[in-house]
Amino acid sequence: MKRFTYTRAETVADAVAALAARPQAQFLAGGTNLVDLMKYDVARPDAIIDINSLPLKEIEELPDGGFRIGALASNSGVAYDARIQARFPLLASAILAGASPQLRNAATTGGNLLQRTRCSYFYDPSTPCNKREPGSGCAAIGGLTRMHAILGASDKCIAVHPSDMCVALAALDATVEVVGPDSARDIAFGDFHRLPGDEPQRDNTLACDELVTGIRLEANHFADHYTYLKLRDRLSYAFALVSVAAAMEIADGRVVDLRIALGGVAHRPWRDPLVEAEYAGAPAEDVTFQRVADRLLLQAKGLGGNDFKIPLARKAIVRALRQAAGGTPQSQTIKAIQ
Amino acid sequence: MLDRSKIVGLPISRIDGPLKVTGQAKYAAEHFEPGMLFGHVALATIAAGRILAIDTRAAERVRGVVKIYTHENRPKAAYRDSKWKDAVALPGHPFRPLENDRVLFDGQPVAFVVAETPEAARDAAGLIHVHYAAETPHTDIMAEQHNSYEPPVARMKQFLPPPPRGDAEAAFAAAPHKISADYVLAGEHHNPMELFAATVRFEDEGRLTIHDKTQGSQNSRDYVCGVFGLDPDKVIVKNDFVGGAFGQALRPKHHLFFAVMASLDLSRSMKVEMTRREMFYLSWRPSCVQTVSLAADDEGYLQAVLHHAVHTTSRHEDYQENVANWSGLAYKCDNVKISYELVKLDLATPGDMRAPGAASGVAALETAMDELACEVGIDPLELRVRNFVHRDQNQDKAITSKALHACYREGAKRFGWSQRSPKPRSMRDGNDLVGWGMAGGIWEAMMSKGEAKVRLSADGNVMVSAAASDIGTGTYTILGQLAAEVFDCPMDAVTVDIGRSDLPKTGVEGGSWTAATTGSAVQAAAKAVVKTLLDHAKSMENSPLAKASEEQVEIAEGRLVLETNHQVGIALADIMAMAGLDAVEEHAKVGPDMLSMMRYAAYSHSAVFVEVKVDEELGVVRVKSAAFRSQRNATAVTEPAHCPFA
Repeated sequence: MKRFTYTRAETVADAVAALAARPQAQFLAGGTNLVDLMKYDVARPDAIIDINSLPLKEIEELPDGGFRIGALASNSGVAYDARIQARFPLLASAILAGASPQLRNAATTGGNLLQRTRCSYFYDPSTPCNKREPGSGCAAIGGLTRMHAILGASDKCIAVHPSDMCVALAALDATVEVVGPDSARDIAFGDFHRLPGDEPQRDNTLACDELVTGIRLEANHFADHYTYLKLRDRLSYAFALVSVAAAMEIADGRVVDLRIALGGVAHRPWRDPLVEAEYAGAPAEDVTFQRVADRLLLQAKGLGGNDFKIPLARKAIVRALRQAAGGTPQSQTIKAIQ
Repeated sequence: MLDRSKIVGLPISRIDGPLKVTGQAKYAAEHFEPGMLFGHVALATIAAGRILAIDTRAAERVRGVVKIYTHENRPKAAYRDSKWKDAVALPGHPFRPLENDRVLFDGQPVAFVVAETPEAARDAAGLIHVHYAAETPHTDIMAEQHNSYEPPVARMKQFLPPPPRGDAEAAFAAAPHKISADYVLAGEHHNPMELFAATVRFEDEGRLTIHDKTQGSQNSRDYVCGVFGLDPDKVIVKNDFVGGAFGQALRPKHHLFFAVMASLDLSRSMKVEMTRREMFYLSWRPSCVQTVSLAADDEGYLQAVLHHAVHTTSRHEDYQENVANWSGLAYKCDNVKISYELVKLDLATPGDMRAPGAASGVAALETAMDELACEVGIDPLELRVRNFVHRDQNQDKAITSKALHACYREGAKRFGWSQRSPKPRSMRDGNDLVGWGMAGGIWEAMMSKGEAKVRLSADGNVMVSAAASDIGTGTYTILGQLAAEVFDCPMDAVTVDIGRSDLPKTGVEGGSWTAATTGSAVQAAAKAVVKTLLDHAKSMENSPLAKASEEQVEIAEGRLVLETNHQVGIALADIMAMAGLDAVEEHAKVGPDMLSMMRYAAYSHSAVFVEVKVDEELGVVRVKSAAFRSQRNATAVTEPAHCPFA
């Protein structure tokens, strides 16, 4: 345990200024992940800047039909917003596939983007971990790898991103709005989370002096053909072994526009727009879906304990695309896989 | 057994329920003493090796730290192993915290910090740096199986495999139908809601009052008295409420040792509460590897049963449980061979956890029975019925009661078992393959030695007391019901006083024996009260009960009356007034009847029916519904069999 100061920021500018003054500070929103990590002595901030008073809770419709979701809108607030459910049901479904009602009530949109991996070695300060302590090594490599990456891993880190919501946001091409001390900027969702490479301590491309203020979603035509299929060791309150966010537009039996992102398989939500483009116009049938799966997993590599994830991901992709094409999205309340 | 029931068996609310749901029930860590200190344990981060040095300098600088204990400065405690052995101790050497520089298992305590606040203690514990000479740890039972051995000292006689019957190997070789398979079970770690904790109040003249999270207050008392050489009359251990235990709190854990050690050393009240993580290391269901081989003739009659079980234990103790013996007693078979071995790993000693042994061994046996049914080509329920026994096959003893046949029948009826299609892969629901399965269950119906005191006051109030523990099983309510039944009084007239070591002698709460043991003691004490009342009543002038015997009277509506004619009797208040008493109190001692035990074996049996759906493509398994019926031995009658259908 480390001593830390606690301050409350009232405006975005205050929050960013407070962070600039204390480089080891961390923002506190819902606290569902940060407080946990502090208890485990994994996160060791010297200052906590509580941002819950900032005016970032709104979910607003934009003139072009898109939506802007404030960074402090709760996961439950987003998932149960009637407009989100009607226009972005994939997002609502993905959120409801994760955590528990209590956690979703407390957790925020911005916090969900920034949650850390649940790699059990990362959580155990008595083991080396390049993400927790750069340069100390990786205990997961050669350890128990059931929950670890099959895509995009490095020899420094094989952890996966734990979010369900982010898998949907990746598929939906969201934009992350951030504010720094001097300026605000947008980050395309695909550029937000990163692969571990040689710097696994960096989960994302947010600068160390920036604050996530919200995300934007563009209007789309995916409300009829989507699904979020999450496979896990138990059917509730567990992180994904493999999850698939799929959305498509179908015309005359053909996939006009395809979006597919995978969770639980890499250091970030895994998406390959080139594969999606390649199959635009292909018939909405199993043969197409199998090819998409094969292409997405072409580079997949097992580590022993997670070898099963490769065939599992292949089958999950096919099933998810079938669910989306058929207009029968996976229910997150009746948890039997459809 | 009670022949009729007024209160026992009724669906009444738990008498401790209101205290628990309003947060007034205090658990071990929720007691505070003025000026108390707080302790926190630092755990080993290696599983095998030696401590070379412990650097406590940073920890000592934390504001509020009072003292840091390591193996280099730990106060003296008992020398002989026997002093460290609690009532549930195992063959081997009991673990002694901070005894020396050896690290015997992952998560072993290596230092203990005492501070003015729990935060300071925890903070400082995290700053202790231990330098180790680490050895390669062995933690995988599969890799260490070649080092298995038969336990040289049995924990209990009945855990030893029964002698072989017939020639199992030859019969297996000759039989027309057979299966042989390995069943590998990972270790299971229980982690009940209440953390292990002890609050020690340091009193004058070396008296200690300890709130401990334990399944036996007297076991904890005897343990600390043995380890620290204390006078048992000066130590009281309380466990009024226990937030779940499942067997993990049968044996005293290091939190109790440290809390008492520091309290004595510093002459201060102390509190030690474990972390959730610390709990995971301790007293777990051992990983277990079993080979079960079954053979049958064409009709499904068992020709051979071979069951070999190997499970984990620690370096320093031989934990043992009855894994495989069930295979010898549950079904009719003339050729049986059972063997049982242990493997030492660098892990904390396993412990009893929810039906220890049976949960592993019966699962393997019953799975093998299903596989055999498939091999022979008969219904799995029919296979069990054909090999049904009314006697314990290992001991060749009659069974006190066994209604498993009726249980099978009722379960099958409610589940709709006759609709089952036996052919593999023949039942489907959408993407799911559907399977229906069943199994039998068995557990010993045990009773141990126990005592209780029952006091009936002239105003009709009843006090029941025993050093029993209620680990969430309903002991408070059950004991109250049994007394209320004898005295024909409402439940709110009964006070149940348990969870304290200075009450009548009671063993640990475990093995499903408390209702049978302490319940019987309460009944016996209550009946002794009735007898005393009758003795007084008989000596009254013109007593209407002058010629009545103990068996002929009972209490009804506040009067001692003839069982056959409630008009004839005397008010309890009048009997006590005449005798000049405010109350009648009796103490009773019960124990298993050794003569009966030589002739009979007692078990609980159950049958389980389940539907399992498997998404073949994705491998997702769902247990959709389960039927469960159990019937208990006649000694435990307070909770009706239940049958939850999902």
